[in-house]
Amino acid sequence: MRALKQHQGLVAPMDRSNVDTDMIIPKQFLKSIKRTGFGPNLFDELRYLDEGKPDQDCSERPINPDFVLNQDRYKNASVLLARTNFGCGSSREHAPWALEDYGFRVIIAPSFADIFYNNCFKNGLLPIVLDEKIVDQLFSEAEAQEGYQLAVDLEAKTVTTPAGEAFDFEVDDFRRHCLLNGLDDIGVTLEQADVIKSYEEQRRQTAPWLFGAGN
Amino acid sequence: MAGKTLYDKLWDDHLVKQRDDGSALIYIDRQLLHEVTSPQAFEGLRLAGRKPWRIDANIATPDHNVPTTDRDKGIDGIVDPVSRTQVETLDKNCDEFGILEFKIKDQRQGIVHVIGPEQGATLPGMSIVCGDSHTSTHGAFGCLAHGIGTSEVEHVLATQCLVQQKMKNMLVKVNGKLGPGVTGKDVVLAIIGKIGTAGGTGHAIEFGGEAIRGLSMEARMTICNMSIEAGARVGMVAVDDTTIDYVRGRPFAPTGETWDAAVNYWRTLHSDDDAVFDKVVELEGSDIKPQVSWGTSPEMVVGVDGFVPDPAKEQDPIKREGIVRALKYMGLEPNTPITGIALDRVFIGSCTNSRIEDLREAAAVVKGRKVAAGLKQAMVVPGSGLVKAQAEQEGLDKIFIEAGLEWRDPGCSMCLAMNADKLGQGEHCASTSNRNFEGRQGFGGRTHLVSPAMAAAAAVTGHFVDVRELMN
Repeated sequence: MRALKQHQGLVAPMDRSNVDTDMIIPKQFLKSIKRTGFGPNLFDELRYLDEGKPDQDCSERPINPDFVLNQDRYKNASVLLARTNFGCGSSREHAPWALEDYGFRVIIAPSFADIFYNNCFKNGLLPIVLDEKIVDQLFSEAEAQEGYQLAVDLEAKTVTTPAGEAFDFEVDDFRRHCLLNGLDDIGVTLEQADVIKSYEEQRRQTAPWLFGAGN
Repeated sequence: MAGKTLYDKLWDDHLVKQRDDGSALIYIDRQLLHEVTSPQAFEGLRLAGRKPWRIDANIATPDHNVPTTDRDKGIDGIVDPVSRTQVETLDKNCDEFGILEFKIKDQRQGIVHVIGPEQGATLPGMSIVCGDSHTSTHGAFGCLAHGIGTSEVEHVLATQCLVQQKMKNMLVKVNGKLGPGVTGKDVVLAIIGKIGTAGGTGHAIEFGGEAIRGLSMEARMTICNMSIEAGARVGMVAVDDTTIDYVRGRPFAPTGETWDAAVNYWRTLHSDDDAVFDKVVELEGSDIKPQVSWGTSPEMVVGVDGFVPDPAKEQDPIKREGIVRALKYMGLEPNTPITGIALDRVFIGSCTNSRIEDLREAAAVVKGRKVAAGLKQAMVVPGSGLVKAQAEQEGLDKIFIEAGLEWRDPGCSMCLAMNADKLGQGEHCASTSNRNFEGRQGFGGRTHLVSPAMAAAAAVTGHFVDVRELMN
């Protein structure tokens, strides 16, 4: 996984609440058995006017000029500014894969759906929760100033505006540690193999019905 | 010290190690695998040179991509080559690692959340995960069950554990009794309508109260299934006689002395009387009417006697904007009576509502009636091969077919339209599935979430109707 310590990038404001993972990456693209290549189909139904198909060349498709990411001023955005309950619905990790593949590194919203929030950290993508009033302010600023960028520091847990105004955010230590160092958390867990084995042995004694059913 | 909630007990029993940073290592008893969210996990395992930690904790089946016709052709019946590759990849991975899989032609194949309980592979008190957000279904058995992403599928394959942060406790209590014609689906839609799609975010919900206690296991599964639509990854119901009676005698359930020991433990799986919840929501069962969703989020729901809302009456600007956008997508005018919405298709199926009781409820409504002339299609997709066989044994298939509904083979089908079953652009569908998001059931398709009985009533009338009127 790609580490993320500091990031500064262009902000794209996506002004709608309850953006679900079906919207982030529609089902027909979930048939892929790979982790990569989902970027061209990120927000497919909002971004294009036709129905997308897997393995299609998207460069020739009719685009929706009203959609935020299709506007020139937001080209190459890497910070997505979003509204409440972003990433709700399906657990598909294809959603963060698509956001990351497109070029996003940071998503800022007043709230995220639990599974999506967790999936982001596994893919070098940082979801940041900020108070709704602050998010409102960032929306106003991003829409008013072309080329508006935010600077994110995961070490210091701050988001800083171009005017130098800094906002603190919370993130739990384990997720932060893994993302700062680009760690494979399976490797971290396997360092505890003996502890897992001893838990398992004890459960085999006290709850034997939990073992052997899938054979 | 206050007592423990059911969630606290399940958490403590699966805690392998509490870390100093606030995260915890939680042991996973059962992982269910399907073709869509597992290929990259197996690939990751292979690339890292790792092996599954405990083969027997895993059970797999293809469900999202499978066609619902021509099942006897097996994999060859999958016309879309990309879908076929995904199902073949699951077969190959399970064969390579020795994981039990109910393959496409196995009668035990079905939707993961139907077959787990059906096989007794879902047992009370287990921690259960699957790369699917509707894994909360299994919480109906007093399980700690939730959906995970593909990286975590790989994590569980490799370590049998997950790194977790403990959630908060939430109690949703449904008091009193439900009226006739009101089902588990109506209860959960009413709950989501009340607390919203983020109402349970960060919480594990326990559903309790007299109305929940009075429900069958299948109705409880329907309710826990849609916890995620209320924002909660985990939804649970305490274990009682209903739970234990359902599990007894199933293929993977314990027997003899082990059964007795298991039951003794299972009987402890309820919240203590003095347990404290972070959040409590109460509903009166008698207030709940058959529900119909009108918009593009499961919280956009009203009673069947209600109306499509008027955005002009909404004070909150973000919500107002959401209503306007939803009405535009749905092609609906404000203040339209719900019963005035014309329909194009009816779908009875999905991990929410495709079990035998769901099919019985739908069959009871369509029996002796015909599918309305204006409908393009009404289809019934049983949740598993065994549900299908049971329904056929009871003659339900004949009732559906005689009424003009299509009787299909098991799978996720039109709930998410990854196979050939989908809505056309602009079509309205009465659906027993769980999500009415834009495009969910097909590009430009318009979904209305309802119970099986309400979907059946819609099928024979061509529009929404209070199913209680057809029951009199």
